[in-house]
Amino acid sequence: MDFEPVMFWISGTFAVIGALGMVISKKAVHSALFLAFTMLNLAVLYAVQSAPFLAVAQVVVYTGAVMMLFLFVLMMVGVDSSDSLIEEIKGQRVLAILGGIGLIVFFIFLMGGSMYRTFVGVESVDATYGGNIQGLAALMFGKYVLIFEATAALLITAVLGAMILTHRERLTPKKSQGDMAKELFAKGDYRGPLPPPGVFARHNAVDTPALLPDGSIAKSSLPDAIVARGDVRSVDYDDMAEIQILSEGLGIVSDSETEDDK
Amino acid sequence: MSPEAYLILSSIIFSIGAMGVMLRRNAIVAFMSIELMLNAANLALVSSSRTWGNLTGQVSAFFVMVIAACEVVIGLAIILTIFRSRRSASVDEPSLLRW
Amino acid sequence: MILQPATGIFTFTWVLVALPLLGAFLILVFGKQLKKIAPYLAIALSSSSFVLGFIMFLQMRTRPAGERGFVSNVYQWISSGSLDVSFGLQLDQLSIAFVLLITFVGTMIHIYSLGYMEHDENRGRFFGYLNLFVAAMLLLVLADNYLLLYVGWEGVGLASYLLIGFWQNKHSAATAAKKAFVVNRVGDFGLSLAIMTMFLAFGSFSFSAVNAGMQNAQDWLALTIGLLLLLAAAGKSAQFPLQSWLLDAMEGPTPVSALIHAATMVTAGVYLIVRSASIFNASEAARNAVIIVGAISLIAGAIIGAAKEDIKKSLAGSTMSQIGFMILAAGLGPVGYVFAILHLITHGFFKAVMFLGAGSVMHATNDNVNMRRYGGLSKLMIFTFTTFMVGYLAIIGIPPFAGFYSKEYILEAAFSHSIWVGLIALFGAGLTAFYMTRMVIWTFLSPPRWEDGVHPHESPKSMTIPMIVLAIGAAVIGFALTYNHVFEEWLEPVTGFEKPNAPISVFALTILTLTVVAAGVIFAIYRYRTISPTTPQEVSFLTQAARKDLYGDVANETLLMRPGQKVTKGLVTFDEKAIDGTFLGVANMVWSASRLLRQTSTGYVRSYAAYIVGGTLLVMFLLLIARL
Repeated sequence: MDFEPVMFWISGTFAVIGALGMVISKKAVHSALFLAFTMLNLAVLYAVQSAPFLAVAQVVVYTGAVMMLFLFVLMMVGVDSSDSLIEEIKGQRVLAILGGIGLIVFFIFLMGGSMYRTFVGVESVDATYGGNIQGLAALMFGKYVLIFEATAALLITAVLGAMILTHRERLTPKKSQGDMAKELFAKGDYRGPLPPPGVFARHNAVDTPALLPDGSIAKSSLPDAIVARGDVRSVDYDDMAEIQILSEGLGIVSDSETEDDK
Repeated sequence: MSPEAYLILSSIIFSIGAMGVMLRRNAIVAFMSIELMLNAANLALVSSSRTWGNLTGQVSAFFVMVIAACEVVIGLAIILTIFRSRRSASVDEPSLLRW
Repeated sequence: MILQPATGIFTFTWVLVALPLLGAFLILVFGKQLKKIAPYLAIALSSSSFVLGFIMFLQMRTRPAGERGFVSNVYQWISSGSLDVSFGLQLDQLSIAFVLLITFVGTMIHIYSLGYMEHDENRGRFFGYLNLFVAAMLLLVLADNYLLLYVGWEGVGLASYLLIGFWQNKHSAATAAKKAFVVNRVGDFGLSLAIMTMFLAFGSFSFSAVNAGMQNAQDWLALTIGLLLLLAAAGKSAQFPLQSWLLDAMEGPTPVSALIHAATMVTAGVYLIVRSASIFNASEAARNAVIIVGAISLIAGAIIGAAKEDIKKSLAGSTMSQIGFMILAAGLGPVGYVFAILHLITHGFFKAVMFLGAGSVMHATNDNVNMRRYGGLSKLMIFTFTTFMVGYLAIIGIPPFAGFYSKEYILEAAFSHSIWVGLIALFGAGLTAFYMTRMVIWTFLSPPRWEDGVHPHESPKSMTIPMIVLAIGAAVIGFALTYNHVFEEWLEPVTGFEKPNAPISVFALTILTLTVVAAGVIFAIYRYRTISPTTPQEVSFLTQAARKDLYGDVANETLLMRPGQKVTKGLVTFDEKAIDGTFLGVANMVWSASRLLRQTSTGYVRSYAAYIVGGTLLVMFLLLIARL
């Protein structure tokens, strides 16, 4: 029994599903995963078509390196940067779908020359070299060695290009923690924690309520018994003014009105 | 199996890739679609190699892979640079090349 | 005569041209760096050209008469289809005579300019132009085909234009330069048409091919080419009807007037006619046209020369008249070619001397050119006076000075052609005696009529020495060249020669000529006993006409300029309305179309991707159609 049609139908269907998913899915990360899935299925199809080297290269280079690079850049750019679903260009969606279908139709029409052929198969060629990888190597380092060298130069150029494109020259020295603290205080409005209750207390007697930073009374600072006896000492509003002045010296904002007064 | 099955599969995947380029605004996804189109072409090359009994198709597919790798590196670097200056990875926003 | 491929020293003919050309290049390109040495460089290169030419002349003399012509092919110049022109130089007896005249007189005038242009800031440029002129003129006389001759012809025209307008800040000089250029263009047009006709008829431009082709050419062809060449000669040599530029050309520096507008360039027309002897030999009518043009210019030039008060313009009229003599002689056919060239050479010497003398006089009188304000300079400027007198005696034809011999032979040839032509030439000789005597009396012999603040003095040595050298030439060259008929024998292989056969004896003709000349001299002495320092207004019609160049400019303006302006205005209207309208309409159409088209350029990458897919689909569709 021929194993190939089974593999073709399974992997081919998966590949198309993956491709469609890549185009349709809203999140870029999902797209990347769908694409990886398609590529794996294509690798299977390569393996079925007696191209074991390419199948492995497909897995290693594409699903391994290239897709990881895509995911890496996606993470840098921001995972949640999904497309908005509203199409801005008028008629683009219809045009795109019609164009895609048109491409499929014309491709099939133009395939005439390849129709009704049978595979010759590369096994006999592989055999003359002593294996698929040996055959590819013989061609790459023999007949196509110049192209091979050229791709080497291309790779180096691409590496250099990527470095130059993404490189950012540091024009100012890196900020230290001290520099950042100075920067924070230089603006004048202190954003540190507010002083805790009691900082501005004038009396430490039990019947004197503690004042909160905004000048109001902290009820929890009075024992219930004294409250019940009605012995709570009233707050001296002269003190309040004094506190206000003190707190302004530190830049405390007690409420919106005082802020406006400043 | 006959060669046209593979070729039809290849053309379907290629067309889906082309549609992706036209439809998706996210530059990275558009770029993935281009990769998909290259892969479709590779599939056609491999099956042609098998149709004619000649390894040149497989070698070509290999070279396509190498060049696609280069292209990915440069393309992603460009996307990163654009993202840095515009805070966006949309291909619609840098539409300055117009009348 | 058979021309031989150049051997020995004659392979270096190109150096004759290259030396002054190198000078022009160096001086004009590195003018600032070479400011100090530019004049000396120019003199050195021009004189080395002369020395080389002289050595070649001596070499040539050692060879038998029939083997003195050489052709050296410098390189293949133009090769296109059936057109095949080599950059070939032809050095024969005629060319070497010109080479010696040009380089010798040219060098003398270079030296003279050293003194004359001493105080001019741009004298480096001046010497560069002079060298350029010498190179172009040498190319003109050395070319072995008409196309290369045309290059030299235009080159001297350019040098002439640049030198007339050398003081370009002077409005009159700039205008004169433009006028010379435009009028010359008419003549050049004639030459280019002649060259095209030659190519049409003979398929080649070279002298040898044209000479061979003329052997059995139709009469009308010879007439056509002859008349076109005559037009070219008239333009370059300031002959009727293209004479008007020469008088204005006197706006240039005097050495230029001496070199270009007296001794060498203006005689290029004579050279052209003599060089094209085979064409003129073939057509009686063309020869007659040449004689008529020469005769008219001879008389008209003399009349203009007799009426002008500007010493240089008077000399220019004289030049026109003397070239008229040469053209007339050249029109006589084989009997006159040699004498035309002989007169050209003697004229080159004595006219150069007189122009340089005029420059010396102007130098002495604060650049005044009005002869009415000269007078009494004979004692103060002894060298200038003596050399000018030599030139004077030579031009009016007193034996043994140079002009006597050449003019005598021309008269003899003219009388042997027809009695009327002879009488016209004789009348011209009388007029020459009259106006030249007038010039000498007004300038040197009459009582002084100087303007205030003028203190005449002799010119520096660099100016007097060339004058003396040229004066010696003007004195002896006539005798030296005609003694034992050397010049006739020398040129005979190139131009052909027939012995003149005048109806009266040579002795009687000489006596007759001298009598006419003496009459002219005596009439001038009688007429100019007293000279008014201001211009008298109540003069005869002829004088008034002559003062206005015999209405040459008026005729040009009414016949050519005004109608030309009308046509131009009409063309401008046509251009603005019809042609511009059409083009603007098309442009507007394109503009509206592009406004529609640019809507497709949205700037969206995805739209462009869609266009690409659309294009791909279209190509695929066409492929399918092709397959069906």
